[in-house]
Amino acid sequence: MEIQILGPGCARCEKTAKVVKEVVAETGTDARVEKVTDMMQIAAHGVVSTPAVLVDGVVKSAGKIPKKDEVAGWLK
Amino acid sequence: MLKSMNEISCNCQAPGPAGSDVRRPLPAWMMLAAAPLGIALWWLVYTHLAAFSKFLTYRLLPIAPGSHLGASVEFLLYDTPKVMMLLVLVVFGVGVIRSYFSPERTRALLAGRSLLVGNVLAALLGIVTPFCSCSAVPLFIGFVTAGVPLGVTFSFLIAAPMVNEIALGLLYGLVGWQVAALYAATGLAIAIVAGWVIGRLHLEGYVEDWVQQMTAADQAPVETRMTLRDRMVYGKDAVVEIIGRVWKYILLGIAIGAGIHGFVPEGFMASVMGRGDWWAVPLAVVLGVPMYSNAAGIIPVVEALLGKGAALGSTLAFMMSVIALSLPEMVILRKVLKPRLIGVFIAVVATGILIVGYLFNMVMS
Repeated sequence: MEIQILGPGCARCEKTAKVVKEVVAETGTDARVEKVTDMMQIAAHGVVSTPAVLVDGVVKSAGKIPKKDEVAGWLK
Repeated sequence: MLKSMNEISCNCQAPGPAGSDVRRPLPAWMMLAAAPLGIALWWLVYTHLAAFSKFLTYRLLPIAPGSHLGASVEFLLYDTPKVMMLLVLVVFGVGVIRSYFSPERTRALLAGRSLLVGNVLAALLGIVTPFCSCSAVPLFIGFVTAGVPLGVTFSFLIAAPMVNEIALGLLYGLVGWQVAALYAATGLAIAIVAGWVIGRLHLEGYVEDWVQQMTAADQAPVETRMTLRDRMVYGKDAVVEIIGRVWKYILLGIAIGAGIHGFVPEGFMASVMGRGDWWAVPLAVVLGVPMYSNAAGIIPVVEALLGKGAALGSTLAFMMSVIALSLPEMVILRKVLKPRLIGVFIAVVATGILIVGYLFNMVMS
């Protein structure tokens, strides 16, 4: 599973990355978490608001820090 | 360098719940029952703040009524809780309204709109769409590649940071509803007209080439259904996030305002930012651009300036240029706009602010 966190590196993006990594660790999911900070790449995914989370290329959330149970739902 | 720029200008407005938050929120009926009770309690405290601050200043503290220090301290003790209480209420209300809007939905509403109708709609949506200036670049690209006209996109980008709940809530609480309404109306008018002018100038060629060549995937996030309770939690998260971020600016602004209130002589500002001199308004704009502050920090100062006789037009112009034209935001937008388009953007918005300034100096004299 590929998880991408899209955001220019602001505090909220860091927080999002932290939440996602924690959930991945807690659930023992086999997933690679990657941060995307390049504006061109972020925009190429069609994301309008950051931080955004993509799971296997599908936008799961944008413009907010997701809650843990939301993230756990995406990993199933 | 760019990273630090991103950080200072990240005045993110969409709330983000804390990740470790796993406790169960109250059931909806409890929240609905608590709402009127909370508002009644809020009102009771709010209407007694003036008496309370007088009591604190002159009874509990050894300060003589009528002294400079007394005026400053009374202002500080009255305005701080008043503004904070107002903001909690306003941010919560707007947070609940915002949960119905998203940048993706706004983009879909604006795509392919004609000028004027599009500009008006974009400026209005700018008030209620969650917007964070650190995602200004992806937002700009997302809008333009989805077929939102350039001028319409600018109307949104001007209105979103300028006309927001913090600015309006503070102006209402500190200066009065008339000035708050004037600010909202003129701010929207500038966003609409400036966007329309930029659209008419056909500057699409001055968007950076890589943006023009880009075809962005058009995918919106999977929408999760929100219950009323979710929306109230969203509003509460907005309060925690926004108040948690802006309270220090508000305190600083109120402290400066309190100093002006107590120690600057009556009518002093009339001689500096008075309405008679033609250069007062341009000076206010020029002073405002390099100052990077948000509405939270600048409005308490503005209130104190008005109280000392500064002209309304010059003061509005100063406030608008501080909030709407900021250097860090220009640096961020430079990634997607060629210098010439940034120049046009600054010139058009500054002209709008000047007109507003002159207009109100004339009308109010």
